[in-house]
Amino acid sequence: MIKLNEIKRAFLVSAWFIFLTFPIMVIRINPVEHIVEWRWKNMALVGIGSFFLSFVWNYLMKQKEPGFKKTETAEKTDTIPPLPPARRIQREKRIYIPALVAIGTLTIVFPFIFSMYQTNIMVSALIYIMLGLGLNIVVGLAGLLDLGYVAFYAVGAYAYALLNYHFGISFWMALPIGGVLGAVFGILLGFPVLRLRGDYLAIVTLGFGEIIHIILQNWNEFSFGPSGIANIPRPSLFGIDLSVHSSTIYIYYIMIGLCIVTIFVVNRLQNSRIGRAWVALREDELACQAMGIDKAKTKLTAFALGATLASMAGVVFAAKTTFVNPASFTIWESIIILCIVVMGGMGSIIGVIAGALVLILTPEYLRAFSEYRMLAFGTMLVVMMIFRPGGFIPDVRRIYKFEGVKSMDKS
Amino acid sequence: MDYFLELFLGGLTRGSIYALIALGYTMVYGIIELINFAHGEIYMIGAFTALIVISVLTLMGMNTIAILVIAGVVAVIYSSAYGYTVEKIAYKPLRNAPRLSALISAIGMSLFLQNYVRLAQTPNFLSFPNLIPDFEFIKPYAHIIGSTEIVILITTAVVMVLLTILIKFTNTGKAMRATSQDKTMAMLVGINVNRIISITFVAGSATAAIGGVLIASHIGMINFYIGFMVGIKAFVAAVLGGIGSIPGAVLGGFILGWTESFATGYVSSDYEDVFAFLFLVLILIFRPAGILGRSGKHEI
Repeated sequence: MIKLNEIKRAFLVSAWFIFLTFPIMVIRINPVEHIVEWRWKNMALVGIGSFFLSFVWNYLMKQKEPGFKKTETAEKTDTIPPLPPARRIQREKRIYIPALVAIGTLTIVFPFIFSMYQTNIMVSALIYIMLGLGLNIVVGLAGLLDLGYVAFYAVGAYAYALLNYHFGISFWMALPIGGVLGAVFGILLGFPVLRLRGDYLAIVTLGFGEIIHIILQNWNEFSFGPSGIANIPRPSLFGIDLSVHSSTIYIYYIMIGLCIVTIFVVNRLQNSRIGRAWVALREDELACQAMGIDKAKTKLTAFALGATLASMAGVVFAAKTTFVNPASFTIWESIIILCIVVMGGMGSIIGVIAGALVLILTPEYLRAFSEYRMLAFGTMLVVMMIFRPGGFIPDVRRIYKFEGVKSMDKS
Repeated sequence: MDYFLELFLGGLTRGSIYALIALGYTMVYGIIELINFAHGEIYMIGAFTALIVISVLTLMGMNTIAILVIAGVVAVIYSSAYGYTVEKIAYKPLRNAPRLSALISAIGMSLFLQNYVRLAQTPNFLSFPNLIPDFEFIKPYAHIIGSTEIVILITTAVVMVLLTILIKFTNTGKAMRATSQDKTMAMLVGINVNRIISITFVAGSATAAIGGVLIASHIGMINFYIGFMVGIKAFVAAVLGGIGSIPGAVLGGFILGWTESFATGYVSSDYEDVFAFLFLVLILIFRPAGILGRSGKHEI
C-alpha cells in the first residue's frame, strides 16, 4: 500500500527536481539568433518522471535494507544457499549441453544467415567481449580499478598499423607482437602503481590512458597525429587476399577463435593458484601478503594479462576497420568496457559476455536511442552499484564447506 | 622578464582556479575518503547555469554589474543543490559498501551529468561573455595581467579565507573535522554526520561554482566537457598538496598552475595535459601523502 506521507514525499522530490533541472532543461539559449527558448514541456516531464521514480527508488531501497525478506533464509544458514538460476542451468546437463550446442551452431552459421552488416556488428561485439574479459581480470578478479584500459587497446591497434606501414608485417605476425607489446606496456604501467590502491590507482591509470591518447594525437612523426593511419590490410588467408565480404566473415571466425581461447584461459586461470591470489588480493591486501602471496608479482601478472588481451583485440580492430586514429581510444571507451564488466558481474565470465552483447548490440539496433547511450551507461553504473553490486549474473564465490559437522549431528 | 612575469601571473591565475576546485575534492575526500568524480561536472553545471542566467538577463536589458552578481549567486545556489543531490543519490546509499563501488558510482554520476547537459543544452561550444570591466589602474600593466585575472586572484583569496574560517573557527567546522577523523565517534558525541557530509558537499560545490564562473569568463568558451579535464587536474592539485589539507590544496593548485604555465610557455603547448599526470605519478611514487599531508595512517 502506498501511504499518504509517501505521496507527500514523492511530491517534494518532484518539486526539488523541477527546481534543480529548471535552468538546464527548460531554458535554452540560441546563440545565433539571440533568443531564449522556454521548453515548459520538459519541466512537466521531469516533474512526472521524478514523482514516479521516487516510488521506485523507495521500493528498491526498502528491499535493500537488511532483514527484508531474509527471515526465511536466515534459519538455514548451515545449508548450501540455492544456486542462482544461471548457475543451476550450468549444473543441469540436460539443459546445458543442448544449449551449448545450439549456441555453438548459431555462432558458426551466423555470418551465412545474417548480412555482412550484422556480421560486422557482431565482430565489434566480440572485440568488446574480449576487452571485457581482459578488464575482468584486472577489475573483477584482482580488484584494481583501471580507467586507462583503452591505452592497451590502442597499443595493439597502433602496433599493427605502424609495423605494417613501416615493415609490411602481416596480421598473423602482428597478433603475437601486439600481445607481447601489450604485456610490456601493462608491466610498465604496473610498476609505478604497485603501491597504490583504489582511488589513486584509478586516477593514475586514467592519466596513463590520457597520456597515450595525447601522445598519439600530437606526435605526428610517430603516429601521424589526428589524421591516423589508413589502408591497413585485412588479414589474409594463407597468402590469398580476400574480398571485403569474405574477409569480414574471416575476421568473424578469427574473433570467435580468440574469444574461445580467452574464455578458456580466463576460466582455467580463475581456479588456479594465481587466480585465487588475485581474488585474495582484491579482498584484503594485507591478509593476502600475510599468506605469503607476492603482491608485486600478482598485480603485475593481472596488469600484463589484461593488457595482452586488450592489445590483441586492438590488432583485430585495426585489421577490421583498416584505419586507426586517436579518436577511437578515448577515456569513454575505457568506461564503456568498465560498464560491460560491472553490468555483467565482476569476476563472472558469462556475465561479462552477456554484458558485452547487450551493451554493444542494443545501441546498434536501437539507433533512435543511441544519443542517450552514454546517459544510460552513467545511470546504469550508479544504479547497479547501489542495488546490484554483483552484476546481473554474479560470480559465484567458492565456499569452503566443512562436511564433518552434518555427519556428526546425525550420528 | 615581462614574458616571465606574464607566465608567472598566468600560472597564478590558472593555479587559483585549480585551487578553488581542488578545495572541493580535498574536503570531500577528507570526510568520506572518496574521489568525487562528479565534482568537475558540478563546476561545469555552475558555469552553464551562469551563462544561461547571463543570457536571459542580458536580453531583459539589465546592467552588467547586476548581471554578474546575480549570475554568480544563482550559479552557486544551483551547484550546491546539484552537489547535495548527487551525494544523496549516488554516494549516501554506498557509504558502507566497498570503496570500489562508490568510486564506480561516482564515475557513473560524472558520465550522467555530462550527457544530461549535452542532451538538454548543446554539444557545441558556447561563447561566454566577459562581464568584468577593464579597470583603469591596470592599463599600464595590461600586457602582463588583465582585470579578469585580478578579479580571479582576489576572489580566490577571499573564498579561501572564508573556508578556513568555516573549518577552523565555527562549530560546523569543528564537527567536520571530527567527522573526518572518526565517523562513529562523531556520531556518539551527538554530531549529525549525514548533515555534516551534506554541508561539506554543498560548500565544495559552491567553491567549484565560483571557480566555474571565473574560469568561463576568463577563457570565454564553455561546453559540456570542460569539467572533466579541469576536475582531474584539480584532483592532481589536491593530491599534490596532500589530500584532506586545505592549504595543501591551494599550494598544489599554484604549483600545478605554474608548472603548466611555464611548460607551455617555454617548452611546448601540445603536451600541456601530460605534465599534470606526470606530476601525479611522480608525487604518488615519492611522496604519497603530498607536500603538506600527514602520512603514516594505514588502516587494517
